Amino acid sequence: MSLVRQDVESRVNLLRRFTRRPGRTAAEVTALVVAAVVAFPLYWMVLSAFKPAGEIRGEPRPWTLAPTLDSFRRVFGQQDFGRYFLNSVVVAVAVVIASAFIAFLAATAVTRFRFRLRTTLLIMFLVAQMVPVEALTIPLFFVMRDLGQLNTLWSLILPHIAFSLPFAIWMLRGFVKGVPEALEEAAYMDGASRARFLWQILFPLVLPGLVATSVFSFISAWNDFLFAKSFIISDISQSTLPMALLVFYKPDDPDWGGVMAASTVMTIPVLVFFVLVQRRLVSGLGGAVKD
Amino acid sequence: MVLGGLLAYPIYQLGLISVFHYTQAQVSGGEPTTFEGFGNYSALFSDGQFWEVLLATVVFAAACVVSTLAVGCALAVLLTRVRAVPRLALMLAALGAWATPAITGSTVWLFLFDADFGPVNRVLGLGDHSWTYGRFSAFLLVLLEVVWCSFPFVMVTVYAGIRAVPAEVLEAAALDGASQWRIWRSVLAPMLRPILVVVTIQSVIWDFKVFTQIYVMTGGGGIAGQNLVLNVYAYQKAFASSQYSLGAAIGVVMLLILLAVTLVYLRLLRRQGEEL
Repeated sequence: MSLVRQDVESRVNLLRRFTRRPGRTAAEVTALVVAAVVAFPLYWMVLSAFKPAGEIRGEPRPWTLAPTLDSFRRVFGQQDFGRYFLNSVVVAVAVVIASAFIAFLAATAVTRFRFRLRTTLLIMFLVAQMVPVEALTIPLFFVMRDLGQLNTLWSLILPHIAFSLPFAIWMLRGFVKGVPEALEEAAYMDGASRARFLWQILFPLVLPGLVATSVFSFISAWNDFLFAKSFIISDISQSTLPMALLVFYKPDDPDWGGVMAASTVMTIPVLVFFVLVQRRLVSGLGGAVKD
Repeated sequence: MVLGGLLAYPIYQLGLISVFHYTQAQVSGGEPTTFEGFGNYSALFSDGQFWEVLLATVVFAAACVVSTLAVGCALAVLLTRVRAVPRLALMLAALGAWATPAITGSTVWLFLFDADFGPVNRVLGLGDHSWTYGRFSAFLLVLLEVVWCSFPFVMVTVYAGIRAVPAEVLEAAALDGASQWRIWRSVLAPMLRPILVVVTIQSVIWDFKVFTQIYVMTGGGGIAGQNLVLNVYAYQKAFASSQYSLGAAIGVVMLLILLAVTLVYLRLLRRQGEEL
């Protein structure tokens, strides 16, 4: 008996000593190296944004001795920059809230109810994502024209909701599925109504999933320039941020400093959003769903 | 919840209709004045370039999906084995890559590998070697960028999934002397299957439709169209040469291919006893 226990204990110790410790150091070093490699393009972007024009065209050095705000000044110096920024924020926030709300209800519906055409519906969500957005721009343009929504922010919000929903629903499905049905039954046993279960029990449990999908719809709405370019044709005051960046993309003579500064400005809000929800993105799920 | 379902149903039905209305308009080629039947398709299928682009797209997308999934899953497992600080570092770096707009990422990567001003050539001592000149190296460059910006999604999702696996299960497996690879293959992968299905299908869909990266990094399809993929090809046909119906036909072909791939995948899953 004690021999067996000793044996197990020594095996555990062995495991700890020979795999876990050196293993963990190696793993941590790898993680840090990978992190550095992954972050490098971003570092280079920010660095180039601060470099004076002469240095960008010269020897590529991983530092700069004369950081300057010239590139940023060119970006912010554009007319209506604040307006573009605000428009982008309005579009992104509207899309995130609307699609999270609808996707949550829809995902619950397709996961928890069995109704006719359920599988067909699921496949359709997938199909809807497979359509190349670039090919849809022109028919969408006609739809927006018929709705009289050209040159308004609605022409950006509506298509983005439509395009982010299928993915959001498909994604959330997995998270809703992960919540044991026993939990639902227990809630009803305790006298909870359906609405109460939905919002007070299911909602917090799938919140990490909801955050993950929100991140996605936020990015697609924030980064899009195809719709903005196609649907906001004459009223510049309704334009969004990416349009302000396009100014610097000249194929034959790119203004690298301007491009990098503009890219930095555009990436920072997304980064802030990510860092804010980072914890939510992965936590909760682990502890909450376990019985 | 019935209420929720009833509420949700018309709403996403609406969403569906809106999405499908566009598709229909697209199928009819933006409502052309003359009905061409399958004329566009036969024109397309008799075009040698179409088949070449199709092949390139399939190979390229497959390479992207496999690399993204491999990197994403490996790093997700790595995340579970390190302490808070390296984990946070890797997480933040990955989120940064994820958050970067496709157009920004493409430009930055292009700049990194620039023949004259890029640091990569300098470090590797390649002189003014141009990465976008050769067909293979241009695809490789785009592949790197695509993996860079899409592995975080896989990593974060799979990591969230692993966190949901009870620790006892993993401990038991480790006690039984299972190697890391073995634990992944025999314990984690089956438990994470629903999540893996989602990330795989999503990766296939995204990588098959890569547009911005190719468009920006190879200047709209590379020298003499050597780096065209279907999506860019469709765009070029529709907007550069105003053959919108041809572009739409390519879009439909892409849709059908993706649909076929997904259905085969789902069929395989169902054969293994998984339910959708």
